[in-house]
Amino acid sequence: MNEVPLTHILVLSTALFFIGMFGLFTRRNMITILMSVELILNSVNINFVAFNKYLFPEKLDGVFFVLFIIAIAAAEAALAIAIIINLYRNHQSIDVDDATEMKF
Amino acid sequence: MNYASYIFLIPLLPLAGFALLGLFGKKYFNESSGIIATVLILVSTLLSLYTAYNYFIAEGIINGAYPSITAFHTSWLSFSKNLSIDIGILIDPISVMMLIVVTFISLMVHIFSLGYMKGEKRFATYYAFLSLFTFSMLGLIISSNLFQIYIFWELVGVSSFLLIGFYFDKPSAVAASKKAFIVTRFADLGFLIGILLLGYYGESFEFSTLIRQLTDVQSSQSIAITTGTFAGISILTWGLILIFIGGAGKSALFPLHIWLPDAMEGPTPVSALIHAATMVVAGVFLVARLFPIFSLSEIALSVITVVGLSSTFIAAVIACTQTDIKRVLAYSTMSQIGFMMFALGMTGTENTLGYTASLFHLFTHAFFKSLLFLCAGTIIHFIHSNEISAMGGLKKYIPLTHLTFLIACLAIAGIPPFAGFFSKEEILLAAYNSNKLVFGIALLTSGITAFYMFRLYFSIFYNKQMEIQNPHSEGSFSIKFPLVVLAICSIVVGFIPFGNFVAADNKILESHLDFRFSFAPVVIGGLSILLAMYFYKNENDKPNKVASFWGKIYQAAFRKFYVDELYIFITKKIIFNFIGRPAAWIDKNIVDGLVNETARTIEKFSYMIKGIQSGKVQHYLLYFFGGIISLLIVFVYLWK
Amino acid sequence: MNLLIILLIPLLTAMALLFANSLKQIRFIALMGSVAQLIFSFVLFYFYRTEKNNGNTALFSFEQNYTWYAPLNINFHIGVDGISIAMILLTSFVVLAGVLVSWKEERLSKDFFFLLLFLSLGTYGFFISLDLFTLFFFLELAVIPKFLLIGIWGSGKKEYSAMKLALMLMAGSALVFVGLLGIYFNTNINGLHSFDLIQIANTQLPLAVQKLFFPFAFIGFGIFTALFPFHTWVPDGHSSAPTAASMFLAGISMKLGGYGCLRVATYLMPDAAQSYSTIIIVLAIIAIIYGAFATMMQTDLKYINAYSSISHCGFVLLGIGILTKTAINGAVLQMVSHGLMTALFFAVIGMIYDRTHSRQLSQLSGLLKVMPFISTAFVIAGLCSLGLPGFSGFVAEMTVFVGAWEKPDLFYRMVTIIACASIVVTAVYILRATGTAIMGPINNNDHLKLSDAAWYERLAAIVLITAIIAIGISPFWLTDLIGQSTDSIVNKLLNK
Repeated sequence: MNEVPLTHILVLSTALFFIGMFGLFTRRNMITILMSVELILNSVNINFVAFNKYLFPEKLDGVFFVLFIIAIAAAEAALAIAIIINLYRNHQSIDVDDATEMKF
Repeated sequence: MNYASYIFLIPLLPLAGFALLGLFGKKYFNESSGIIATVLILVSTLLSLYTAYNYFIAEGIINGAYPSITAFHTSWLSFSKNLSIDIGILIDPISVMMLIVVTFISLMVHIFSLGYMKGEKRFATYYAFLSLFTFSMLGLIISSNLFQIYIFWELVGVSSFLLIGFYFDKPSAVAASKKAFIVTRFADLGFLIGILLLGYYGESFEFSTLIRQLTDVQSSQSIAITTGTFAGISILTWGLILIFIGGAGKSALFPLHIWLPDAMEGPTPVSALIHAATMVVAGVFLVARLFPIFSLSEIALSVITVVGLSSTFIAAVIACTQTDIKRVLAYSTMSQIGFMMFALGMTGTENTLGYTASLFHLFTHAFFKSLLFLCAGTIIHFIHSNEISAMGGLKKYIPLTHLTFLIACLAIAGIPPFAGFFSKEEILLAAYNSNKLVFGIALLTSGITAFYMFRLYFSIFYNKQMEIQNPHSEGSFSIKFPLVVLAICSIVVGFIPFGNFVAADNKILESHLDFRFSFAPVVIGGLSILLAMYFYKNENDKPNKVASFWGKIYQAAFRKFYVDELYIFITKKIIFNFIGRPAAWIDKNIVDGLVNETARTIEKFSYMIKGIQSGKVQHYLLYFFGGIISLLIVFVYLWK
Repeated sequence: MNLLIILLIPLLTAMALLFANSLKQIRFIALMGSVAQLIFSFVLFYFYRTEKNNGNTALFSFEQNYTWYAPLNINFHIGVDGISIAMILLTSFVVLAGVLVSWKEERLSKDFFFLLLFLSLGTYGFFISLDLFTLFFFLELAVIPKFLLIGIWGSGKKEYSAMKLALMLMAGSALVFVGLLGIYFNTNINGLHSFDLIQIANTQLPLAVQKLFFPFAFIGFGIFTALFPFHTWVPDGHSSAPTAASMFLAGISMKLGGYGCLRVATYLMPDAAQSYSTIIIVLAIIAIIYGAFATMMQTDLKYINAYSSISHCGFVLLGIGILTKTAINGAVLQMVSHGLMTALFFAVIGMIYDRTHSRQLSQLSGLLKVMPFISTAFVIAGLCSLGLPGFSGFVAEMTVFVGAWEKPDLFYRMVTIIACASIVVTAVYILRATGTAIMGPINNNDHLKLSDAAWYERLAAIVLITAIIAIGISPFWLTDLIGQSTDSIVNKLLNK
């Protein structure tokens, strides 16, 4: 069987990570930022699964970790959206630059 | 004889007076405070006389000399094994002699002040200060150790300060009191360093130990202090000269004399007590006390002679030109102290006449000079002015003052048989035996002394005839009594065979007057009196003519040879402007500036970096990410 | 004898204050508390003397040791020797006088007295600590109230001064802490690092460690006691502080530094003290003479006293730097003497300011006529400051001079002469202030209506004057008290 080499998967996850990172840095819209964070988390998930499959096929630690991350990502998304809604209520905007209360 | 049973009372009674009057006097017994203080000092005087009787007559000479007795001794503050400040009472001929002088003059001044200061609002305070001074002065003369003498030295200084500034709402009195304190304090700096030097090398502050160890050429202390040198002069000489500076400051010797004429701002009885008879001779007393050590150093003795002689002469010249009666007397005091000082300076190891003569003069001078001041007090009281120009023809108004003043003038001029004659003759004789040049200047000065004293006398009691409407009386009994007593003393104390009591080696010094020698000084004194009479007996313009004839020199003497101006220049201009001001400036601008600058820099820096806290989430993310990357680089690649 | 009492008295008084309802009660409680302190410190003194007379030769008496935090070997270890008792006596005198002069403080008086007592708590704790950590703890405790006292009840540019003082003193504490940690990590007693003063004193720290950490500890404590050039908090802090706080600052706080320099820096690191001695002496001499000249140019009474404090505290540092027994005795005497004298000075200046609302020399004159008691107290403080015999200042200064002179070296001779010269300058500025403000004619007619001291002010001044004169007349009881303790410090210096 002609297996996909590990490097391909790592390239994919790295690309995904930096796309997420780029979104994180450049977007002002909080929803987009949240989506970028999800991308980063998923790139990590891919890494976990890939390393588990290629390096320790007899174990399942990596898969378990992925499950944890997905669960936390869900919780985090809920929390983040709650924050965003609250911010929107206060500022009528979901632009991060509008929330400057904590600035010096 | 057990002196310890009562001698401590002599200084402590005035101290008790001070405490009592100082704390409660003003409130509870302002009026009677004078009596209280006078009674206390009277007891002290009687005890002093009793001591003197016991010491000189009843006990007398033991083993060929008067003994030095330490009547009381206790450790007060100990520093190390050898050095400690002790408090003790030393009884020897000079301290007993001084006890009599101080208590007696103080008693007279206390009595005089009863009338003179009557009606003064701060009557109790005045007597409290007088008592404080008497206590300090008595403590000084019975000191058994160098540090103790320094302690009381400072205390007399401060009592003098308080009394000069007694009329504290007069700016001139305040200035004079400050000046007196600071100038003597400056001199005391020398004294203190001298004490430290002698104490360190002599390994004791105690007079007896110090003298024993330093005069014994074999002792390690003596070797150390004479072989050690600084700037080419032995430590011994340095120490002695420094101590002498302290004495010169207190005794108003040139060039540290500038405070004395100004000190006349104090009440006149105070001038009589402190600035004529007792405190100002403390310097002479100090040198006499340490004389065995002073005699070890030729240089120190020469310094004393030169300083003493120049003070004598300069003060006499200035006295001729002054117009304030008390200032004339002040300069005359300075001149007479100069006499005492150079007499000490010329005392050699063989010929010790100078020592006796000096202390004899101190003794007689106390009586006639305090008398002069008290007379000046009654005159000022009568005229309400210090200026000679406001006086004249007072003979008929205040006859008793006139008579006593005349006696005192004759005494200071050295006319026999008054007291000053005997002591001055001895000094002149001592000078004649040791140095002819000194003798010449001294003789000239004694002529000038007679001249300016009689200038004062004739200007006040003769000269122009003042018409005084409703003259008030000369004064009450308490004013007249001291004048009479002191006048009698000024006549008789000269006949005391002083050499029998006080001599450099505590033995008896045989001295007899040689009347052939006395001839010249007496004639010169007499001529000077005649000269003064010629100028000042009647109102005329001869004095002015002479003054304008001397021109510049007269002006210089009148302005006290510009020493005051020099001091003011040094203190105000140089010390204030070149040391004080820069110090304050540096502190405010450089030292404190650095502190403020540090604070400002930190503030600026925090302003600078506060931009980092932009409030933009993405910026923080960037820092976070950058941080991780750099940590990665550090840990993965650079950390070896 | 339970030493904890001396901590409990101010603590309980402060707590009781919180429950007071009226100004009257506040005053009463504060006064009782400070009187209790004074009485207790005399009782302590008495018990200590008895103990010594009974032949107890232990260096520290009434020791108590509780574990505070075992893992780091931090203990609450207290005990006293002669020097601490002298300092405790000084503190209790100043506290009593400080409470008395603040009698009329009506603004937030509860908080004011609370802070005063809290400050005294920190001070007592500092003086009885035998554990470096405890010592540091109390040092910090004594700094904070000062900031509040100046910042809230001060006058003039009080925020600036409070900030400056707190920051500089905090910087000092930070340096001290570095020094303390340096000592801590270089001790090894039964396999543990130790903060315990007695244990450290019995061991020998390596020379390199001493040389490295001595400057931290010394400069740190030195800032408290106006070490040149870290003295600039003194004039600003003192002049802005309310009267009682000035008294505490100059009378007690500056002594924390001197005590620390002696007890921690010099006692624990004797070899380093020897090698840095010259630098300390030079700095002290600069402080003495330069402080004196700077004082001469001041026109504000509080500034005059603050700068003169710099000059006088120079004598403390000089005594410590000289490192002979006599000089160290002198340093301790000077601490006590200066504490009392300067507290009196500030108290009197406060009284004058309360009445005339001015501290400028140019606006004051002839006060002796209208307020004889206050003026007399001022003159007495001045005379003590210029070292007149009969007052404590003379004893202290002479002891330092003789101690400095004991070293047979031209350098020390010159130092002594310069130090002696400062007493002439002192006379100049004291007489300048006295001559202008106290003597002379009254220039301002408003001043004619002013009243003399009230009973509480009289009492405050009398308490301090009594102590000053007592030391001045019979210094031997104080030198006896501190003698054994300074011996132990000097022996440590000599036994290599």
